[in-house]
Amino acid sequence: MSEKPKLHYFNGRGRMESIRWLLASAGVEFEECYLETKDDMIKLQKGGSLLFQQVPMVEMDGMKMVQTRAILSYIAAKYNLYGKDLKERALIDMYVEALIDLNELLMAHALQPADKKEQHLATLVDKATNRYFPVYEKVLKDHGQEFLVGNQFSKADVQLLETLLTAEECKPDILAKFPLLQSFKARISSIPTINKFLQPGSQRKPPLQEKDLPKVMKIFY
Amino acid sequence: MASKPKLHYTKGRGKMESIRWLLAAAGVEFEEEFIETKEDLEKLRNDGVLLFQQVPMVEMDGMKMVQTRAILSYIAAKYNLYGKDLKERAWIDMYVEGTTDLMGMIMYLPFQPADTKEKNLALIIERATTRYFPVYEKALKDHGHDYLVGNKLSWADIHLLEAILMTEECKPDILSAFPKLQAFKGRMSNIPTIKKFLQPGSQRKPPTDEKFIAVVKKIFNI
Repeated sequence: MSEKPKLHYFNGRGRMESIRWLLASAGVEFEECYLETKDDMIKLQKGGSLLFQQVPMVEMDGMKMVQTRAILSYIAAKYNLYGKDLKERALIDMYVEALIDLNELLMAHALQPADKKEQHLATLVDKATNRYFPVYEKVLKDHGQEFLVGNQFSKADVQLLETLLTAEECKPDILAKFPLLQSFKARISSIPTINKFLQPGSQRKPPLQEKDLPKVMKIFY
Repeated sequence: MASKPKLHYTKGRGKMESIRWLLAAAGVEFEEEFIETKEDLEKLRNDGVLLFQQVPMVEMDGMKMVQTRAILSYIAAKYNLYGKDLKERAWIDMYVEGTTDLMGMIMYLPFQPADTKEKNLALIIERATTRYFPVYEKALKDHGHDYLVGNKLSWADIHLLEAILMTEECKPDILSAFPKLQAFKGRMSNIPTIKKFLQPGSQRKPPTDEKFIAVVKKIFNI
């Protein structure tokens, strides 16, 4: 019996959250080992488990995988969430890379100092609603299918849902002008594995609160 | 007859350089259309050919591909530079992400405030010699093969060579403690397609100078 993947990170979203989403969507059970202090981090580094001395790290299939994108690509390919050929894969990659960019911007919002928050929100809303969301709305409109690529559920759909939900945490009505993204959100949320992940008590992590930031910074710096 | 890939970017390294390296190493001829002014970028945007209003963009196989990693992954897979199975692919991805981080630090150096330059350069040297190069040195030492993954040339090797040369531009003797990487560099540089790319007159771009930085800042409004 193969073991469950084991995720090494702090008890928060950060760069590990997309990996949790993808494993959960694929119906893969996983364990988590949380870094709580700097000593935990040093122990992992000294133990030689972190190829570039960094987390995320995921123990899976006999490997100690690092680098978020490498991990996500491996999981997607293994569980058939990466399209059926090179061109579909390229499309998935294009969509996901842009969503990662947007997601990083969104994640930074909660951590902005009070005097920068409003400006940051304006930038974020501008990028989300003018650069990114229109692309995905158009993709769904043009082919009229349920999923972004190849009429089949893929990593791109998972990443889009994650990003839509994070965007709504910043501004609840941010999808007001995007009817197809709204129905996409509802549809993908109701996929059983994803529905389960969205329930309280799942391994999905809450947004980082400003009060928790010092603790997280201490682990890494 | 298939047309050559067409690269849209400024006439400098930036995020497009790794793509030029990979195509060249794979022996694929490509054309380049250079963005020289802000208006050139606006035109591309208004023509609707940039999915997220950004470059790099590569026209290839009927697609207008954007997002550097998406483009690189596609080229690597198409030209058999991505390993033979999922696990080799994972290793190649891990190695490439490391060299991407290192080269990213170097790429952004000219855009940092002038008073942080010395500190950032020192950090690059430290990371190169204590975090990144030791990993690749060890990988080559442990298996004793010529290439990083699966005893076969892959994207990871090409990317590492690019990173080595870029880091040597910051500090010429940076490989002094890494004999395997020195040998790797010599070996890789002699591969015919790569050797050709390293000759003067190739499509390889020179290091970015201050004059060009000013042009780039104007084009991208930074």
